[in-house]
Amino acid sequence: MKKWMQLLVLVVSVTSAGVLLADGDRDGKERGEERGEHKSGEHKSGERASGILPLVSNAKWKAECGGSCHMLYHPALLPERSWVKMMAGLEKHFGENAALDEATRDEITKFLIANSSDKMNDRRSRRINESITPGEEPLRFTETEYFDARHDDISAATFKRKSINSPANCVACHPKAEQGDYSEDKVKIPR
Amino acid sequence: MKMRKVLILSGLLISQNSLAITSQELLQQYATQARQENAAFAGFSAERGANFFRAERTHSEGKKVGCSTCHTTDPRKQGMTRANKVIEPLAPVVNPQRFTDQAKVEKWFGRNCKDVLERVCTAQEKGDFVQYLVNVK
Repeated sequence: MKKWMQLLVLVVSVTSAGVLLADGDRDGKERGEERGEHKSGEHKSGERASGILPLVSNAKWKAECGGSCHMLYHPALLPERSWVKMMAGLEKHFGENAALDEATRDEITKFLIANSSDKMNDRRSRRINESITPGEEPLRFTETEYFDARHDDISAATFKRKSINSPANCVACHPKAEQGDYSEDKVKIPR
Repeated sequence: MKMRKVLILSGLLISQNSLAITSQELLQQYATQARQENAAFAGFSAERGANFFRAERTHSEGKKVGCSTCHTTDPRKQGMTRANKVIEPLAPVVNPQRFTDQAKVEKWFGRNCKDVLERVCTAQEKGDFVQYLVNVK
C-alpha cells in the first residue's frame, strides 16, 4: 500500500514537472525523430535538408510568442541584437502592448539569444545572419535581404490574399514554419 | 505515515489547479478592489459593461479602436488578431474557459486597456465588463 502511494506521488510530481518545464523539449524531440535529426547530433552541412532550421524549444517561448497573437517565429530568423531590442520594447510590439512579467520576459530573451542567427552554427542560420548588415537591428525577418532574395517571385498581391494576409504569416505557405521547417518542397501557396 | 502521503498527494493535485477560478470569484475580487478604489462603489452593471465593450475611441495615433477591433461586435463570435490568429469568443456561454484563469484575465486587461484606452482599467470597468460577458446568452 505504501509503495503504491509513493509511486502515485512520484507519477504526479513527474507529470507536474513535465507540464511546467519539459513540454516544449518533448515536442522538439518528437519532431527531431520525425526528421531524423537530433539537437546534439553532428551533421555534415551538405547532408541537411535545405530550408530547415535547427530544432529549438522552450515552453514559455511557445506559450507567449506563438499562442495568442501570432505564429511562432524561429529564433534563428534574427540576430541577438534584434531580439534584445524587441524584448526591450514589448509595450509597443508592432503597435500592440505585449508586455510580459519580468521573469518570463528574461527567460524568453535568454532563449532567443542562445538560438539567434548569430549564435546558431548551421548553414541556414549563418546565411540569414550574413544577409543582415552589421549594426542594423531589423525587427522583421521579412525586411532582411535573405527573405527578399527568396521571395522575389511572389507578388505583393499574392501576399495580400485573404488566405495569406501578409509576408509575416509564414505558415500560410510554409505549413511547418513553426517547427523551423521552411524547405521549398513543403511550400504550398494558397489561392 | 499513510496520511502524510495522502496530504502530499492532494497538495500536488491542488497546486496544479491553483490558477483556476470561477467568474463569480473573479467578480468578487474586482468588487473588493472597486470598493478600495471608490468608497461609493455600488456594484457592477452588465449594461455599463456592454457600453464599455461597444465603445470606440480615437487612439492618439489616429486610428479608431475598441474591443470590437479584434473581438468583433458579437462576444459569442471568434475574433482575429492582426497577425491572423483566431481569438476564441469572450462570452462564457460559448467559451466556458473564459474568466477561469485570473492571471490570464489580468494579463489581457493589462495589455488591451493600454492599447485601446491608453491607460489601465479600473476595477469597476473590469467588473462591469466581466458581468456583461457572463450574462450574454
